[in-house]
Amino acid sequence: MTWDWQYSGDILPDLLSGLRYTVIATLAGYVIAIVLGLVWTLLRRTPSRVFNQTIRWITEFIRSTPLIPQLYFVFFVLPAWGITIGSLTAGIITLGVHYSTYTAEVYRAGIADVPKGQWEACTALNLPRSRVWLDVILPQAIRRVIPTLGNYLIAMFKDSPMLLAINVAELLFSAYQVGSRSLQFLEPITIVGLLFVVVSVISSILVRRLERRYATI
Amino acid sequence: MPPSDTPEAPKDAAAEPAPDVVTEKGVPTQKGDAPKGGPAAELPHGGAPGIRFEKVVKRFGSNVVLRELDFTVAPGERVTLIGPSGSGKTTILRLLMTLEALDEGVIWIGDETLWHMERGGKRVPAGQKHLHEMRKQVGMVFQQFNLFPNMNVLRNLTEGPVRVLGVSKDEAVERAKGLLDLVGLADKENAHPTQLSGGQQQRVAIARALAMQPKVLLLDEVTSALDPELVVGVQDLLRDIARQSDLTMLCVTHEMAFAKDISNRVLMFDQGQIVEEGPPDQIFGEPSEQRTRDFLQAVLAS
Repeated sequence: MTWDWQYSGDILPDLLSGLRYTVIATLAGYVIAIVLGLVWTLLRRTPSRVFNQTIRWITEFIRSTPLIPQLYFVFFVLPAWGITIGSLTAGIITLGVHYSTYTAEVYRAGIADVPKGQWEACTALNLPRSRVWLDVILPQAIRRVIPTLGNYLIAMFKDSPMLLAINVAELLFSAYQVGSRSLQFLEPITIVGLLFVVVSVISSILVRRLERRYATI
Repeated sequence: MPPSDTPEAPKDAAAEPAPDVVTEKGVPTQKGDAPKGGPAAELPHGGAPGIRFEKVVKRFGSNVVLRELDFTVAPGERVTLIGPSGSGKTTILRLLMTLEALDEGVIWIGDETLWHMERGGKRVPAGQKHLHEMRKQVGMVFQQFNLFPNMNVLRNLTEGPVRVLGVSKDEAVERAKGLLDLVGLADKENAHPTQLSGGQQQRVAIARALAMQPKVLLLDEVTSALDPELVVGVQDLLRDIARQSDLTMLCVTHEMAFAKDISNRVLMFDQGQIVEEGPPDQIFGEPSEQRTRDFLQAVLAS
């Protein structure tokens, strides 16, 4: 088996279009993950113990089940109940919700890391609850977890090929399609690997830059 | 039931002795005239309430920190709490700041109960709203400063007045600048807490507490976390504030010289109870209790 440069050049546009969908799905899913994750965390801190525990078990359940069955559930099972969503949208939502249960843990740890003295100073200043969260606790907690949240972007990017399970035309799916057409898989799959490495390395550099920026408060 | 038998204002105060005025309810509240202008203009004047603990019990698990503690602080009085660690001094301040919940007994601030409110003629545990109202009278300075690291110095000082007291932003900034001037950090308003020395951070923390215009100021080992060369500056500042304001002050410290300077009265604690109390000269000069003598010796030796 030898590397066919001509063939590689021919399939590249298809693969780059696949990469586009991969990046779109990852970024859109990431936005859901970082917003919903914070919502989970805050919902776990209400005065109602029963409610908090319910939220805890819901997130625990989502985190403990694999992504592919979740994709199947959203794409194949929900339509049976009248909820039909396109494959890309279904992929984005599932990826986002799945990872939101991880970012929720990240936020939780970040909040726990804010020194007790900060809460006490808020009480001493008599700040109302909303101000304690918005002005003091969350700004400090989120700053602490920005690097960790950045790593989840890369993790999501690497998990995005699973979206091919529900026929999202992402990168690996495109490679599979062009490969099946010509029955030459070496080039498409290798290029997929290279593209993932390129995007991951770029993202890592950005994340490391964030880390350096926010490492100290 | 309002507190009775409040002690007379201490006579040995170094600065102006605080005159008591007995209100109709029989509870002393201090009257004071705010001086116009001058550095003291930023400091609270008038209406400082007294404080009274009645059979106060505080436990942490099975550990009883305060055992049916009774004591009274007169309006405008400055009291220092001394004693070995674990004797409950800091817990007293934390109860007053509502950082710890009361287990038994009653705490009065002026003629109101801190941890209880009246409902249908009965005394019931206070709700959040009552605590919020009561806390407005009390300010606290912490050992570890606890400034907000995500805000600059000015914002640390304006956050509370704007969000809690409803002061306009411009007015809050103006007052904050006056307070920074008072604590000698007028040039640091845009600095972030991490860029300041411990001593500077503690000055900002003092200014932040004063920005809320409290009538009772709690000082919890405010110089313990400072490098030795920074201690004096903060102590001098607090001495000035004590002299120029008529705040009721409760101070926990291991700095005996500072305690002697700043307070009208010293309470010696051990195991959640008052062992001995009196004017600083008496407690430090001729303590009558063996436990006080042992404690002072241990502190001076260190």
